[in-house]
Amino acid sequence: MESSSSTSSSSTRRTTSTEITSTSLMAIQNSFDSVYSRYAREALDELPGNFTITDPSIPGHPIIFASQGFLKMTGYDRDEVVGRGGAMFQGDRTSRRSLMEVREAVRNDRSCQVSLLNYRKDGTPFWMLFHVSPVFGRDGGRVVHFVAVQVPLEGRRLRRRRSIGCRRGSGDDGGSGDYVLGCCRKEVCNDNSLEVELVSSMDHGLDHDTKELDSDKPCEATDDEKRSVMVAMDNIFSVLTHYSESTGRLVCRKRCSIPDMGLLSTSLIISLGRIKQSFVLTNPHLPDMPIVYASDAFLNLTGYARDEVLGRNCRFLGGPDTDDSTLYLIRESIKNEQPCTVRILNYRKDRSSFWNLLHISPVRDASGKVAYYVGVQIEDECKNEDRQGLSPEKRQLSVVGVVKVAVRSLSMHAGSSKS
Amino acid sequence: MLRIKRVPTVVSNYQKEEGGEATRPVGGCGRNCLKSCCIQEAKLPLYAFKRLQKAKGKDLALQECGEPPVAFLDSLILGEWEERMQRGLFRYDVTACETKVIPGEYGFIAQLNEGRHLKKRPTEFRVDKVLQPFDQNKFNFTKVGQEELLFQFESSDDGEVQFFPNAPIDVDNSPSLVAINVSPIEYGHVLLIPRIFECLPQRIDHESFLLALHMAAEAGNPYFRLGYNSLGAFATINHLHFQAYYLAAPFPIEKAPTKKIAKSNAGVKISELLKYPVRGLVFEGGDTLEDLANIVSDACICLQNNNIPYNVLIADCGKQVFLLPQCYAEKQALGEVDAELLDTQVNPAVWEISGHMVLKRKKDYEEASEANAWRLLAEVSLSEARFEEVNALIFEAIASFELEVKAETSEEEVNAAKSKARPAKAMVAGTQECLVLQ
Ligand SMILES: Cc1cc2nc3c(=O)[nH]c(=O)nc-3n(C[C@H](O)[C@H](O)[C@H](O)COP(=O)(O)O)c2cc1C
Ligand SMILES: [Zn+2]
Repeated sequence: MESSSSTSSSSTRRTTSTEITSTSLMAIQNSFDSVYSRYAREALDELPGNFTITDPSIPGHPIIFASQGFLKMTGYDRDEVVGRGGAMFQGDRTSRRSLMEVREAVRNDRSCQVSLLNYRKDGTPFWMLFHVSPVFGRDGGRVVHFVAVQVPLEGRRLRRRRSIGCRRGSGDDGGSGDYVLGCCRKEVCNDNSLEVELVSSMDHGLDHDTKELDSDKPCEATDDEKRSVMVAMDNIFSVLTHYSESTGRLVCRKRCSIPDMGLLSTSLIISLGRIKQSFVLTNPHLPDMPIVYASDAFLNLTGYARDEVLGRNCRFLGGPDTDDSTLYLIRESIKNEQPCTVRILNYRKDRSSFWNLLHISPVRDASGKVAYYVGVQIEDECKNEDRQGLSPEKRQLSVVGVVKVAVRSLSMHAGSSKS
Repeated sequence: MLRIKRVPTVVSNYQKEEGGEATRPVGGCGRNCLKSCCIQEAKLPLYAFKRLQKAKGKDLALQECGEPPVAFLDSLILGEWEERMQRGLFRYDVTACETKVIPGEYGFIAQLNEGRHLKKRPTEFRVDKVLQPFDQNKFNFTKVGQEELLFQFESSDDGEVQFFPNAPIDVDNSPSLVAINVSPIEYGHVLLIPRIFECLPQRIDHESFLLALHMAAEAGNPYFRLGYNSLGAFATINHLHFQAYYLAAPFPIEKAPTKKIAKSNAGVKISELLKYPVRGLVFEGGDTLEDLANIVSDACICLQNNNIPYNVLIADCGKQVFLLPQCYAEKQALGEVDAELLDTQVNPAVWEISGHMVLKRKKDYEEASEANAWRLLAEVSLSEARFEEVNALIFEAIASFELEVKAETSEEEVNAAKSKARPAKAMVAGTQECLVLQ
């Protein structure tokens, strides 16, 4: 499902998509400018505090803006951060459970606040109070971005925190010992009856562990720190809402309208963003079954921009030489809620044609009813590449699988439930 | 001898009533079975993972706090599974089964599955013996058809991940196989059968457990979890296997707060579940996957050797393991379970214990509530006193890991809300955090 066409080695390996292509940098810049205008950057730069803005609709949910304070706190340059996911600041000692809380909040368009252990560029860990909030579009009510504020919890329990012995596992591995500051053994254990037994264990590296005991302990924020998070949030939102007026794409802090029926949830968009292949989702409950999601690879394949395809029925891909009997087959399958695979002649925006190995499958939501159809496209000529990986047909089916899991799981929450 | 009657789950299309003979004649049968008649010709994808993998750091870290890109193993499982689905090998379309999150603090997940137990008669299961010898005459996974197999899963010998789309099945090489469960309880429901041709009984050993952890780590998807049921804890097939499926929501057990009890010298943190109806231990982290696997399998081996039924959930991409001793089947056999609970016919195996309730009656589905789920699971749990005893056994068994045990007065290590945590059943009398060489 990764690297759709370029895998050449005999063994296939997942690629950690950290490389940021120039096209995605454009998308990132555009994501910010088209909503707030570029002047908003200057205004945000004048705000104190550490914060980032992310776009969940871009694959990988990247950071699209990072404040000066944030860069200073983490030790990164702006271009090392923009385009990457927030996970780059996490490491060994970051609580999985807290991350799960954040993940679920983001998936459900909610805000959330947790104490989180993060790592600077130099590998040193620090505790911070992390607050993430959705930014809603005023019309449609969809989440356009997320804002995250990070208030470092410095100053308290420093002694303990300084003794964290382990840097995150990324980057160069050397020098992890640099941050191991001595820690008095007595301080760790002053129960005399046990001290004798301790000695031997100390000599083979248990020091390390005694320190970790403290490092993964959540750090409580004070009321002051909690307040400063809210103040920072207020300031950021006032800049964002103000500048969004200039572009006409108004945003707000509370969801101002019920999301349109046809709109996908943030959680679904994030899940679909993982998929690197060409596919679209169409909604059979809307008139003429329009496209409600199109992947980047689909746009690359067909040459259209996203807003040129959303809302349209896929038939615009057909053309003068497209076979009617194939279209008939597709129609019949859809009518019967059955999957189908066809080879169909399609046309790009520039009217060049290609053979499309198209697989279409119904996708059910948590109620068990068909909620969408997914159509996965493979350009026939590309078919023979990647012999050592999954066959194109299998990769096509794995897209169907990912979509089915996402749609089903993410619609389970229909009943109101706090999670 | 304690027995219960239950409807066995049909995991393979070759599983007959009473778990009897395979439906195929043996010998040159031409039906793509796994016996010598057909296995020579067989080709099956092979996924070989890198064995020496550090569990720490970026390598295995969840890429994103959102969702990572789809990993290769993830797409292999999904692609092969969807293909079997389109070939009609499953007994029903699980995505057509209604499912919902039950309102409440924990978000128990309910599914209405009326098809899973149709057309089967209740069978007797012995529940008072966690270890039973493999029985060639009963249904086992060597009797499934090749079409139910998805791929071979093994460690790579050259230290790199490898994938062979069409590998022969080398019986002498003890391949581990991944097969579909034809009665899925969620999308992607598969069975991992370690060294299938060795016909191992349902019993955890180090190597097999490590294999299961590797599968979770390689899939790299926090919503793909593996589970294990021992005999006496609702395993129905006495042939070593783990189960796994996709459900893109947190399980209630993953949300429950925990209290740290100890940490091993290799960095495995051991905690106790708090505020959860089933008492259990959580094992997390470790310098390598092996470290986590070793300590958990020692704990499992201790339980099975002491004839204590248990369930295991592998979560968070193989970084977190829940170990839950249970006594429901025993209570059921002794007639100590409420008739109302029995009526629901819910068998509290690993998924149910984790908070994913598969319900067979529409009525139960519609009336599903957190209180009901809690009531059922509370019956599954060991009593506090018994849990303490069992924990003592476990800690004795894993003593060689040089545990650093946290004593009760040390600062709370309670995730989420503070709770009326019971003191750690530490083997330590200290008033401070202490290192204990066991
Ligand atoms: C999910 C989905 C994806 C589709 N993808 C394509 C495609 O890539 N190329 C194409 O020519 N038609 C595609 N179609 C088919 C057209 O949308 C349409 O169904 C077809 O032209 C026949 O219907 P019509 O007679 O209404 O045009 C897709 C349909 C669905 C439901
Ligand atoms: Zn045969």
